[in-house]
Amino acid sequence: MKQLKVSVWRGEEAGCFARYDVPARDNQTVLDVVTHIQRELDPSLAYRFACRVGMCGSCAMTVNGRARWTCRTHVRKVAGADGALELRPLANLPVIRDLVADLAPFFDKWQRAQGFFKPKDAPNGAVPDEFAVVAPGSEARREADAGIECIGCAVCYASCDVVAWNQDYLGPAALNRAWTLVNDARDGARGERLDAVAGDAGCHSCHSTRSCTERCPKQIDPSGAIAGLKRTLFWDSLFGGKRHG
Amino acid sequence: MADRAARGQAHLWVVQRITAMILALAVLVHLATIITAVRGGLSAREILARTQGSEAWLGFYVVFALAAGLHGAIGLRNIAGETLGWRGRGLDFCWLGLGLLTAAFGIRAAFGLYA
Ligand code: HEM
Ligand code: SF4
Ligand code: SF4
Ligand code: FES
Repeated sequence: MKQLKVSVWRGEEAGCFARYDVPARDNQTVLDVVTHIQRELDPSLAYRFACRVGMCGSCAMTVNGRARWTCRTHVRKVAGADGALELRPLANLPVIRDLVADLAPFFDKWQRAQGFFKPKDAPNGAVPDEFAVVAPGSEARREADAGIECIGCAVCYASCDVVAWNQDYLGPAALNRAWTLVNDARDGARGERLDAVAGDAGCHSCHSTRSCTERCPKQIDPSGAIAGLKRTLFWDSLFGGKRHG
Repeated sequence: MADRAARGQAHLWVVQRITAMILALAVLVHLATIITAVRGGLSAREILARTQGSEAWLGFYVVFALAAGLHGAIGLRNIAGETLGWRGRGLDFCWLGLGLLTAAFGIRAAFGLYA
């Protein structure tokens, strides 16, 4: 049987690659390969996954130099003709061990970008008396829809050069989430959120290179969302208008 | 509340985009002028005949110089921040000063052609 030659990052920030031979199969995801190594060859290998069907966002790694969700990446799509696979933890994040990156900075930035819903009508979390009426075809609704299916996998974050250059940069996923909320008629924190995403740590550092959009496994367009934030902030910055409302 | 630094950074971004729009037009005018001016040889007399006493040309070059100076300086600021890690409010004012200084040289030259 054909063998895959798999190089896997072992250790922490200062680690090295270990080589494993894994039997190639017709239908095999990168996550299957990692699981095979852990179950059959080296039980000390640390990696992370949960749903295995592309919903939870926990299995992302660097596969042959590119960030990908491994549970839905077929080996035959990414391995070279010689069956070579190189697996690293996600880039732009601290390494905990082996294939496990520390996502704390990534999620901290979601908080800093105010990437959470603050109900306008129910400050105490109470259920509002009336449903908000949101026309499905409205521009705001379409903008929010386009970004809402993010699974928080951090593939975009690991693929963004600005994240690598500026450790304060909030990054594509947090800014994308902020944009969905800016477009949510029921949200009550528009002004605070726009303040939180302005400036060098926010949308204004993005160079629109679109790596995030190209790599996002959910076909989300964080680059476009960031452009939306820049557009919204443009007039405000010019005239210093109030952002609330 | 956005801190004032973030607000200032957003303003620099806006200035760079607006100056880019101005430059896009100004560069076209500039190129057209160059192409017309060099026809039949470039002479100081010809240039001065066009620019001396012309408020329109003076105004154009003042705007052009301001846009180029500010746009370039803010662009260099971004590069310095990203590649060298030079960041901070104090440095931002230095870049702004550098941009205005560059613009001042251009404006002085434009005045030379006008006067
Ligand atoms: C047709 C005229 C011009 C247009 C439309 C234009 C447009 C732009 C835009 C949109 C950016 C932002 C790029 C980004 O954020 O990734 C930029 C950056 C920059 N521009 Fe211009 N520009 C023009 C002329 C100039 C001139 C004449 C200079 C030199 C004085 C200049 C120097 C820079 C520099 C140094 C940057 C920074 C590069 C960066 O941030 O990545 N540009 N320009
Ligand atoms: S478009 Fe912006 S956020 Fe996306 S990868 Fe490029 S710089 Fe990063
Ligand atoms: S935007 Fe896409 S790549 Fe980024 S975290 Fe969400 S799902 Fe992952
Ligand atoms: S394991 Fe849940 S997205 Fe891959």
